[in-house]
Amino acid sequence: MQEAVYSSSCSALTPHSFMRPRPRPRPFMSPNSKPKAKLIRRDCGPSSSYKKKKVLCQIELKPPPYPTNALEPYISRESLEYHWSRHHRGHVHSLNKQIAGTDLDDMPLEDIILASYNKGHFLPSFNHAAQIWNHDFFWQSMKPGGGGRPSGQLLQLIERDFGSLERMLMELKAAASTQFGSGWAWLVYKANKLDVGNAVNPLPSEKDNKLVVAKTPNAVNPLVWDYSVNACLKLLLIIKLVQQHAYYLDYEHRRVDYVSTFLEKLVSWEAVSSRLEMAMQRAAKRAREEKKRMEEDDMIIGDKQATEVYLNSDEDSETE
Amino acid sequence: MAIRTLASKQTLIRCAAASPVLRQGRGLQTFSLPDLPYDYGELEPAISGEIMKIHHQKHHQTYITNYNKALEQLEEAMAKGDSSKVVGLQSAIKFNGGGHVNHSIFWKNLAPAHKGGGEPPHAALGWAIDTNFGSLEILEKIVNAEGAALQGSGWVWLALDKELKKLRIETTANQDPLVTKGLQLVPLLGIDVWEHAYYLQYKNVRPDYLNNIWKVINWKYASEVYEKEVA
Repeated sequence: MQEAVYSSSCSALTPHSFMRPRPRPRPFMSPNSKPKAKLIRRDCGPSSSYKKKKVLCQIELKPPPYPTNALEPYISRESLEYHWSRHHRGHVHSLNKQIAGTDLDDMPLEDIILASYNKGHFLPSFNHAAQIWNHDFFWQSMKPGGGGRPSGQLLQLIERDFGSLERMLMELKAAASTQFGSGWAWLVYKANKLDVGNAVNPLPSEKDNKLVVAKTPNAVNPLVWDYSVNACLKLLLIIKLVQQHAYYLDYEHRRVDYVSTFLEKLVSWEAVSSRLEMAMQRAAKRAREEKKRMEEDDMIIGDKQATEVYLNSDEDSETE
Repeated sequence: MAIRTLASKQTLIRCAAASPVLRQGRGLQTFSLPDLPYDYGELEPAISGEIMKIHHQKHHQTYITNYNKALEQLEEAMAKGDSSKVVGLQSAIKFNGGGHVNHSIFWKNLAPAHKGGGEPPHAALGWAIDTNFGSLEILEKIVNAEGAALQGSGWVWLALDKELKKLRIETTANQDPLVTKGLQLVPLLGIDVWEHAYYLQYKNVRPDYLNNIWKVINWKYASEVYEKEVA
């Protein structure tokens, strides 16, 4: 392993320090393939050292918010470093190469995910884009000294929607264990909304927004189930990776042990709570916007009706 | 040698204990872990003994255990006429049963060098490979590319299309057996690209695993299967 620069202090890990090209194992290329176009990396922000005036933002590789050995003994430093520096970074590297020079190049990551999801007929960049998002989310869902119990509003909602914390954990574990192959298990805050443009909830209330457990295969995440990113009412709270590389070095085949350990010792309920708050705020905001839009629509229709009635009554009087 | 878990006793016990008329004369076939025709360490350095042991004794065994369980539940559901349950069990059967089918083929696809592993195919299969792909090297390149490009977990196969009498390269996701890509397809060679097949040794570098596995591929078995089908 030539890349041995992971210090134990998180301050040394800045995004830009990893944007230098490094030698790393390349996917198989047959001898006849042409060398790929050289990737031009640009910083996000004005820079006089580049000749081109247009500034594009490439997707950055964010480090986990803790040192690489911070999750021991539950996730070994070796496992975390491999996971982050090989798999996660591989996705960032590949995505940046794929989107360079295309329409997706200056879009934020979530937009890239939705654009390349393409309603289920994935475009090539979907896998990498979604996995980058998923992995960022995953690192933030854990913390050293994690576990314990959620509290406050989060606990209230869990008990409201699942009956008890234990029940929710059971469902989450079951989702993680029954996801065949690779994928993710999620705790999601979901708006009670049908996937139809003109479906309207006649009496919208916050009580309709529920916590649910979901599981997704490979790179898919629940963001794509709600096609508009602005609404994004399906905000994810917690995820657990059940791709084998996440646990194989430490737990080998024992996925169930990994899942239990994650929930007991690693999960960051603070992160979950703060995401829930954001999700609820967004949900309330959207509900208000919807209501406002409906009222505006009503007003417009009201005006139209006045003119139509006027016209109709003319006709009626003629035929009489 | 690999540890064999005997499960055939279960059949006898079940027949003895079963009284309902429906079970008479129809014992449920249960499955057991097949022995490997080589030691765990014999495939080194291409595949480490540690991986072979865990792969065989843990992963394959788990698929078999869960497959047997699912089949038991299926039999019960069929007897009761519980259609929802019957249909609901299909994904567990496909996954675990597929896992058992695929891995059983996989063990036969591998052999240590001194038992013929890595020796290129001759005769009918060798000729068919040259006709369909140009050469063995080209076949290996295509398989490696497909295997490396497979997202998530799955298998890459060298398949014989029985009807067209042609060779094909296919991939399947998760533990889907080759027949899910076509009932006329016969697996000659299957390579497991689930991470559990290589992670402890190759970590994330799946292409290295694929490059090296050719050294222990048992072409003799593939040739036997091929000749039987085209005869």
